[in-house]
Amino acid sequence: MQRDKLAPETYDELREIAARYPQKRSGLLPMLHLVQSVQGRITPEGIEACAEILEISAAEVSGVATFYTMYKRRAVGDYHVGVCTNTLCAVMGGDAIFAALKEHLGVDNDETTDASGDEKAITLEHVECNAACDYAPVVMVNWEFMDNQTPESARQLVDDLRAGREVRSTRGPAICSWREAERVLAGFPDGRADEGPAAGPASLVGLEIARENNWTAPSPGGERPLEQAPVDGGAR
Amino acid sequence: MTDVLTPVLTDDWDADRPWTLASYESRGGYAALDRALGMTQDQIVDVVKDSGLRGRGGAGFPTGMKWSFIPAKDADNPKPHYLVVNADESEPGTCKDIPLMMATPHTLVEGVIISSYAIRANHAFIYVRGEVLHVIRRLQQAVREAYDAGHLGKDIHGSGYDLELVVHAGAGAYICGEETALLDSLEGRRGQPRLRPPFPAVAGLYASPTVINNVESIASVPSIIRNGPDWFAALGTEKSKGFVIYSLSGHVNRPGQYEAPLGITLRQLIDLAGGMRAGHDLKFWTPGGSSTPLLTAEHLDVPLDYEAVGGAGSMLGTRALQIFDDTTCVVRAVLRWTEFYKHESCGKCTPCREGTWWLVQVLERLERGEGTEEDLDLLLDQCDNILGRSFCALGDGATSPITSSIQYFRDEFLAHLSGGGCPFDPAASTAFAAEGARA
Repeated sequence: MQRDKLAPETYDELREIAARYPQKRSGLLPMLHLVQSVQGRITPEGIEACAEILEISAAEVSGVATFYTMYKRRAVGDYHVGVCTNTLCAVMGGDAIFAALKEHLGVDNDETTDASGDEKAITLEHVECNAACDYAPVVMVNWEFMDNQTPESARQLVDDLRAGREVRSTRGPAICSWREAERVLAGFPDGRADEGPAAGPASLVGLEIARENNWTAPSPGGERPLEQAPVDGGAR
Repeated sequence: MTDVLTPVLTDDWDADRPWTLASYESRGGYAALDRALGMTQDQIVDVVKDSGLRGRGGAGFPTGMKWSFIPAKDADNPKPHYLVVNADESEPGTCKDIPLMMATPHTLVEGVIISSYAIRANHAFIYVRGEVLHVIRRLQQAVREAYDAGHLGKDIHGSGYDLELVVHAGAGAYICGEETALLDSLEGRRGQPRLRPPFPAVAGLYASPTVINNVESIASVPSIIRNGPDWFAALGTEKSKGFVIYSLSGHVNRPGQYEAPLGITLRQLIDLAGGMRAGHDLKFWTPGGSSTPLLTAEHLDVPLDYEAVGGAGSMLGTRALQIFDDTTCVVRAVLRWTEFYKHESCGKCTPCREGTWWLVQVLERLERGEGTEEDLDLLLDQCDNILGRSFCALGDGATSPITSSIQYFRDEFLAHLSGGGCPFDPAASTAFAAEGARA
C-alpha cells in the first residue's frame, strides 16, 4: 500500500499540538489523531515522529496507540461506520442492523470493503455505547450521529456513502471523510460547528412537555443571598 | 409547589442557535462569571457547598467539599492547580452530557471559568470522548469565542485572573471516564486507574492538586451563582438537592431527556414519556447506567435520589434509565453488558481483567442453554471474587447486572437450560418490530 510521507508541515502541527499543554506528552492522543488524518492509520513512521517530538520511546507511543480503540493499525476506508451493539441499542435493533450491514457489505467486524473505481471504501465496526441511547438504535459515521436507524435505513446509508452521495448526520453537518474527522479530533477546527441543529427531537421531549404545561424552575426567591448584579431568572 | 419538570440546563436547548456566544449572552450568559469574579474564591466554594450540589457523574460526592480539599497555595504547596472536566460520557445508557455540550457549550465553559477561579486554577481541560465529532466542534468553537470575548485568557473581565482552557479529545476507552485513568490518559499515557491515596486533590494531573468534575456538575455552577444556593437547595429531597437530567431510553413511547428535581419516580417519568410501548409491560431497568444493579416494576415508586435508590439496592449513578419491556431476554442483556466490561477492562488488575473474561464464558454457556444450575452459583462466586478487589469500580460495575439479574430473574436463566437456549425472539424487542423487520 502506498503510504503518504509525513511532511515537514505535519511535524510542525504535531509540535503545535504538544505546545498546547503544560507538559508536552499530554499532546500524544491528539497527535495520534493527526497521524491518522494524514496517513489513514497509525503508522510506524507516525509513531516515530510522536516519539521524537515528545522525547519518549517508540515503544511508549506504541503502548498508547494500541490501548485506544479509535487508533487503527490497518487502513480505514473513506468512511468508518460504527454500529452500536451495546445492550440497549442491540435490543432495540442494533444487532439486526449490524448483521444486515455485514451481509450487505460482505465484510466482517473491523474490515474494510474493496472499493473499485469511484466507489468509496467503508470500514465496518461494532461500537460500544456512544451516549445517544434515546435515539436507539444508533449508527455512527465518522463519529457523527445517525439516529434511529433500521436495517433498511442503514443499508441505504452505506449505499449513499459508497456512491459518494452527500449524507447528513441527523444531528450534525454533512459527513466529511474519516481523515478530515480525525483532523478535527486533533484540535484543528473545520469550520462546520454551526451546521446542524442544536438538539435532536429526543433531546427536547422533556422541555416540550414542560413548555406545554407551563412548568419552569422556580424563580430565585425574594432575598438574594449574593449581591445585586443584574440577573436573568433561572426560568423564562 | 415545585413543577414536575424544571428546565434549567435544558432550558435553552430549543432557542435559536443556542450554541453561539451571541445567543448565550443574549440570555444573560457570562453574567454569573462577573458576579463570581466579584467574590472571593472561598465564598464561591461556600456557595456551592451550601447549595448541596453533588457530583452528577455517578458517585454523587458533594462538589463544594471536593473543591475544599484542594490545599491552599503557599510556600509548602507551590504547584499549580488544575480543573479537569470529565466529558468522557460512556457509561451505557448515559446520554445527557453530549446533548448539553452540543446545544449549550457556553454553559459548560462559563462553569469551567467560575470553578477554576474558585479552586485557584489557571489551566483547565475538557476531556471529551473522541467519538462525538460534532460535540467537539461545538466545544472548540465555544472556547474560541470565549477567548475572543475576553472570558478566557489573560485578565478575565479585568479581574486580573488568567485561565487557559483546552478541549482535549480522547480516543475510545470507557475506562477513561474513571477519574484517575482520565488523568493518566490526559498525561498521554494508557488510561489506567491509579491507586488512591493520594487523591487527585493532592496529587492529580502532573502530580498537582486537581479537581475532576462531571460536565453536568460544572454546568450547574453558573445557575447556582446566579440564583443563589437557597434557590438550588429548595429543589430536590433532603440530602439530594437540586435539579438533574434524567435520560430515558428503550421501550417507552417518548425516550429522551427530562430535567426534574431529584426525587421524581420512574412511574412519573414513564407517564410523562407516554407510557411503555403499546401492549407491553416494564420488565427491568437500570437507574443509572449498566454499572448500577437492575431494578424491576416493584421499584417504580422509588424516589430517584441518591438515598432512596441506594435503599432499593442499587445506585442513582448517572440517571441513565434504560427501560426494557417483556420482550427482552435478561440473559442476553446481561451477557452483552458483560462482554462490554470484558472489552473495556484496562487489564491493570487481575480480578477485573481475568474475572470479566470468565464471566463471559459462563454467561455464554448459559445463554446457549448448555450450562447447569450450578453455573449460577459459579457466577455469583466469580462476582464475589471481583467485587471490591481492584483499583477502580469497573470490575464492581461488571458484577452489578449479573448479581441483580440472578436475584430477580433466576427462573429466566433456568428456562434457558430447560429449553435448550433462549426462549425469546430478538426481533420482537426491536424498535422496528411493528414493521415485522428481522435480522
